[in-house]
Amino acid sequence: MSNDIKIKKGLDIKLKGDAEKTTEKAVLSNFYVLRPDDFHAVTPRLIYKEGAKVKAGEPIFHDKTNEAVKFVSPVSGEIIEIERGAKRRIVGIKIQADKEQTYQDYGKLDVNAVDADTIKARLLASGCWTFIKQRPYDIIAKPDQSPKAIFISGYDSAPLAADLDYVLQGKESELQAAITALGKLTEGKVHVSVGANSNSPLAGLSGITLHKVSGPHPCGNVGTQINKIDPVNKGETVWTVNPQDLVIIGELLLTGRFNAERIVALVGSSVKKPRYFKTKIASEVATMVYDNGVEQNGNDRIISGNVLSGKQVGPDGYLGYYSNLISIIPEGDDYEFFGWNKPVFDKISNSRALTFSWLTPNKTYDLDTNMNGEHRNFVLTGNYEEVFPLDIYPLQILKSCLYEDLDEMEALGMYEVAPEDFALTEFICVSKQPHQQIIRAGLDLMIEEIG
Amino acid sequence: MGLKQNLHNLREKYKGTKMAPAFNALHTFLYTPNYTAQGGTHIKVADDLKRTMNTVIMALIPCLIFGMFNAGYQHYLAVGEIQAVSNGFFSSEFWNLQNFILGFWKILPLVIISYGVGLGIEFLFAVLKGHEVEEGYLVTGMLVPLIVPIDIPWWMLIVAVAFGVVIGKEVFGGTGMNILNPALTIRAFLFFAYPTWMSGDKVWVEGAVERAKEIASGSNADAISGETILGSLAQSHPIDYSVMDMFFGFIPGSVGETSTLLILLGGLFLIFTKIGSWRIMLSATLGALVMGYIFNFVVDAGWVTESSKFYGLMSTEFWHHLIIGGMAFGIVYMATDPVTGSQTNKGKWIYGFLIGFISIMIRVFNPAYPEGVMLAILLMNVFAPTIDHYVVQGNVKKRLKRGKLKTA
Repeated sequence: MSNDIKIKKGLDIKLKGDAEKTTEKAVLSNFYVLRPDDFHAVTPRLIYKEGAKVKAGEPIFHDKTNEAVKFVSPVSGEIIEIERGAKRRIVGIKIQADKEQTYQDYGKLDVNAVDADTIKARLLASGCWTFIKQRPYDIIAKPDQSPKAIFISGYDSAPLAADLDYVLQGKESELQAAITALGKLTEGKVHVSVGANSNSPLAGLSGITLHKVSGPHPCGNVGTQINKIDPVNKGETVWTVNPQDLVIIGELLLTGRFNAERIVALVGSSVKKPRYFKTKIASEVATMVYDNGVEQNGNDRIISGNVLSGKQVGPDGYLGYYSNLISIIPEGDDYEFFGWNKPVFDKISNSRALTFSWLTPNKTYDLDTNMNGEHRNFVLTGNYEEVFPLDIYPLQILKSCLYEDLDEMEALGMYEVAPEDFALTEFICVSKQPHQQIIRAGLDLMIEEIG
Repeated sequence: MGLKQNLHNLREKYKGTKMAPAFNALHTFLYTPNYTAQGGTHIKVADDLKRTMNTVIMALIPCLIFGMFNAGYQHYLAVGEIQAVSNGFFSSEFWNLQNFILGFWKILPLVIISYGVGLGIEFLFAVLKGHEVEEGYLVTGMLVPLIVPIDIPWWMLIVAVAFGVVIGKEVFGGTGMNILNPALTIRAFLFFAYPTWMSGDKVWVEGAVERAKEIASGSNADAISGETILGSLAQSHPIDYSVMDMFFGFIPGSVGETSTLLILLGGLFLIFTKIGSWRIMLSATLGALVMGYIFNFVVDAGWVTESSKFYGLMSTEFWHHLIIGGMAFGIVYMATDPVTGSQTNKGKWIYGFLIGFISIMIRVFNPAYPEGVMLAILLMNVFAPTIDHYVVQGNVKKRLKRGKLKTA
């Protein structure tokens, strides 16, 4: 059987502002903020208080329900502020970086020689466990479960995504160390997917099952690949890891240091010169976005992540824990005269209702954040299926989440999905329903009720 | 900036008040709002529900205009002022100003009543319940005048529209929540409440009822007969229309349903724009052909003879069913309603096929009212969730089986 994955259903959203393949070293950020919101379903319990000095890689909080899962500081410095929201919920932990970085040393580990428990303990202690996510529920993996397989997508098909082949260049040894280590944590296979025409460093690794994926977005989504390769059944768990985080895991195992360095793409039509930056997790986005980037005080939206599933951060915001992309597009907070009936040439549409993007499939668009309409009940049918390659009924599962029927949610496949799988259906939804929020709320309900 | 800014200020002023939905409905008609995406995808597709509904209306406009010409044509033909068409689709007997003017003044009030009453109720409910005015009625409001007889009394239409919008839609929660197609609910209400105005040989041509009354009160003018082809067939009367007349639509019938040619073009437009479901249209056509063919077969086999009261419709050549009555109109514009139809792609095949199949069955076996498509669609509206349920169960079972194989 061929290991290749070809999908037909989907939609490539071609936007202006793809990153040029040059990497700059970003200005060193003075402050770093870890946001517990990046770790869904985690309630942080602090290990250090304000004013404490920490080293890079030193744990600063752990999960309340799961003390083994530690979250570490990306840099050495002083914890200067614990930002709190309503009900004293922690929304951010702000660290002022030292001029000279010092690292917590976890010691080298020969991944070929040690057993699974040692690897697990090391990943948990060093904060690297937080890079491993699980399905069902799309949350940080539970350490006491063993997954039936591990999935790594080395191909990002999202709009303006960073080219993973480019950012992973030269990281073969780290990747191999991480893969070998992770491989010991599962009974099953480690599935790695790369683009059909790529020369990804991932392709040459040993201990993996390689898949070549082709087709429109979301072929690069790990959720699509899981569904096509080995879907999650009730009672099963799979893990997923972003390839760039493998590098951090690998480096920790090889050198004993948690090095939060990451190559991030700055993209989007508002960016003057889209390109790559070498920076660290949780840095200020201001260190990257202004130099040959956006206008000061421009009316733009800065997103940590891609334009479909990323988070809006604002110019004083911080790079998300899992992001390797900063997308900046114009805000669309303006009215459009007769926007609902005049012919549209400059926006993407998957219908042909006086919208003409079907005539120019290779054109790149400059989309803004306007909703292009108002929120409505679900009305149209059959259009989600055109962009949704999973073997799941998208409209039905969304509705089951809305009326919170747990049995039906389970039967329709909630264990298999993550919010990002519904990004494209949300994008094309004429009723402008918030699909990803609906799915996230449904998953949260299941965590609460079923666990 | 002037108008845009003023309207924006007004919107801010009305925000949170009872008037907000009504104002927003008018405001968003002029300007797509300045709302930006929050919390999900940061970009959105260009289409919204208004554009979708507008596309359906565009597909209906040719039927409306044709209906106006046809209203005049049928009237003047019946009173003997003009000759029947002789020259194909673009015959000058049909496409002339006299016909259009009569039809225009007869049909415009129907359109105004339909939109006025329907949207009035929509606005009222939106204000009372505090939700936005939804676009579903834009299409319903255009469908209604096209599926009623030309001489329908205005007050009946008002009552029916009010009933259809309130009971057919608003009680369920508005567009997207209703079970039955609102336009057909309105028509069904008319049909069962005022059957004499919805069937027979007097209502399909402008002036026929009026003339019948005059004759009854002693006038010696000729009666205007305007029987639909289905009506004639049901009573085994001879048909004096050619197949091309039927296809082009130079026949009596509800206002907008007669021209199969224009409906076909409208249907192709809806399929091309990806607004209408080609699965439903195709399968409904197949369903109608299959049922028609079965009846033809029964007649050919000699099981039904000319003495039978069903003979006229049963012996109608199977494909003629598609070009007479409201079959084509129903398939293209009503069966494809995404809210009340089947929602799964597989379900759409079954749903459409049964609509076509049952339409012809009702047509043949119900000579009192030989138009089956309305009842067939309403019936299948009710069954659509059941069809979807079984289609989705297929997917659920596959998932369960996959899980069991793994654990075994």
